[in-house]
Amino acid sequence: MTNVLVCIKRVPETSGQILLSDDAQTIDGRHVGYTVSPHEECAVELAIQVARGTDGEATVLTVGSEESVAQLRDAIAVGCSAAVLVEADIDRFGPADVAEAIAGVVKEHEAAGTPFDLILLGNDAADTGDFQVGVRLAYQLGRPVVTGISTVEVLGDRVVARGDGPDGIEVFELPLPAVVAIQEGGIEPRYPSVPGRMKAKRTPVETVTPEIEPVGSGRVRLKLPPQQPSNVEVLGEGADAAPAVVDLLVKIGVVSR
Amino acid sequence: MILVFVETDGQGATETSREALTFAREIAERSGDDALNAVLVGPMSSDGTDVILQQLGEAGVSVVHRAQDERLSAYCAAAWAASVVDAAQATAARVIVATGTPRGSEIMAHLATRLDVQMAANVVAVDETNPLTVSRQVMGGSALEEMRLNSQPAVMTVAGHATEPTPAGQPTTPEVVVFSPTLSDADLVARVARSEVSQVDDTAALTGARVVVGAGRGAGGADGFADLLELTELLGGVLGVSRVVTSLGWRPHHEQVGQTGSRISPDVYLACGISGAIQHWAGCSSAKTIIAINTDPDAPMVTKAHYAVIGDLHEVVPAINEELRQRLG
Repeated sequence: MTNVLVCIKRVPETSGQILLSDDAQTIDGRHVGYTVSPHEECAVELAIQVARGTDGEATVLTVGSEESVAQLRDAIAVGCSAAVLVEADIDRFGPADVAEAIAGVVKEHEAAGTPFDLILLGNDAADTGDFQVGVRLAYQLGRPVVTGISTVEVLGDRVVARGDGPDGIEVFELPLPAVVAIQEGGIEPRYPSVPGRMKAKRTPVETVTPEIEPVGSGRVRLKLPPQQPSNVEVLGEGADAAPAVVDLLVKIGVVSR
Repeated sequence: MILVFVETDGQGATETSREALTFAREIAERSGDDALNAVLVGPMSSDGTDVILQQLGEAGVSVVHRAQDERLSAYCAAAWAASVVDAAQATAARVIVATGTPRGSEIMAHLATRLDVQMAANVVAVDETNPLTVSRQVMGGSALEEMRLNSQPAVMTVAGHATEPTPAGQPTTPEVVVFSPTLSDADLVARVARSEVSQVDDTAALTGARVVVGAGRGAGGADGFADLLELTELLGGVLGVSRVVTSLGWRPHHEQVGQTGSRISPDVYLACGISGAIQHWAGCSSAKTIIAINTDPDAPMVTKAHYAVIGDLHEVVPAINEELRQRLG
């Protein structure tokens, strides 16, 4: 039986145009949707697969505002059975603070006799892109860690983790308990079922408040990359532009006639 | 002293590591001509060492610290980081730099944790040297964060292709210091147990291509590439894709162009259905001519391109193919 903790983060959808808050400390969230990163969607899926495969439980955790409960419920809807909200002003928390807050919950569960054997996180958060919370958490807990992992499989008291390396797929075998940071691409996250959504509404969320004096992230301000003036020449619209494209390719010399 | 963790492959120091060396040298020069050192960890053939030392000399490295321990032959982030920590402490490094690859990021995360300092990931510029303030990519590259590194040593990874690798004004003949790092059993637990061969990985064809046909989310699905592949063939080019395409499993990773993929510099890049996030732009901006095909006239790929066609690639590309077939006979 493997009990899995999977850590997620509520992040703004950043596919469109980004606006900054007036003090440039954060992004203007008034007109954007919120989600979790693809890495974390894959981590949630792997947590559910490992837990179900071993008759264990998958617990989802986030550090953030009360609004993050929406993201916790999404994870319950696809198969996590419990949820923990570590309520904190995430903008004041740096990666070391987040790791410390998560470690606090893990240690409390251990002391209560309900330890987590495997902790999964996304490789890097879609917003701050720090690439370090999983590693810092592992050191806090004295557990082995690997990052950039696409798939995990628990075999007895070990986890076999596979990820892309410079020369092919690298295979790691870690003794449990362990920490693994997941990179998207290894598996397809499932969609929530209707019963899953119903269950997500009923499942209670354990809320804890960390007693941490955050060291912070070192953020001075956010800024948008400078916009270069556009010098684009539009060749046309739709299929009608095809001759102009080919003329251009001939002119450049990559098409001989 | 500024210390750079240099990644190597069969050909020598990797391109992104040479970028990180250039970036680190600029910090060294701006903060009063500080010394630049490099640290090498992991397996290396004896032939490779000569090439690497020459590259490091061209980059202006004065001392190369080479960790020697047979237990470092398999990749193991904690043990490799322990080795970099030893080199950093032996030299009293002020700043430690690596490239923002998966390995560089993982090792720097271990290193920063071990030294109990901050780490700045994916840095693109140094704004101030005292106190050290950097700009780094956040929100997937759509925004930058100005971050102050208060703790010493300052630890950072440099975003791939944020800078061009350039030689130092004064090349050096680096001194090589071989050292035995202090490794504990715990440091060696999470090492690569074995490798498995992945599918054909022909990135060389992409980086050297004269014509690259690019495809992004606009392809619509794994079955949306037939016309694009035909165009690629008609032009004798190579297909390159954006990160979203490989993430969704539509095409294999080795076809990816961008910060975490290949950097291309073709004569023509036909970017079809690609919005042009910074992550992608980092890999394609060296193309001599960029032609964007996109439904959105305001997409960054369109505004940054030299030429554009506004329309759905599934209508435009077949029409180009037809035109090419007619003209090529």
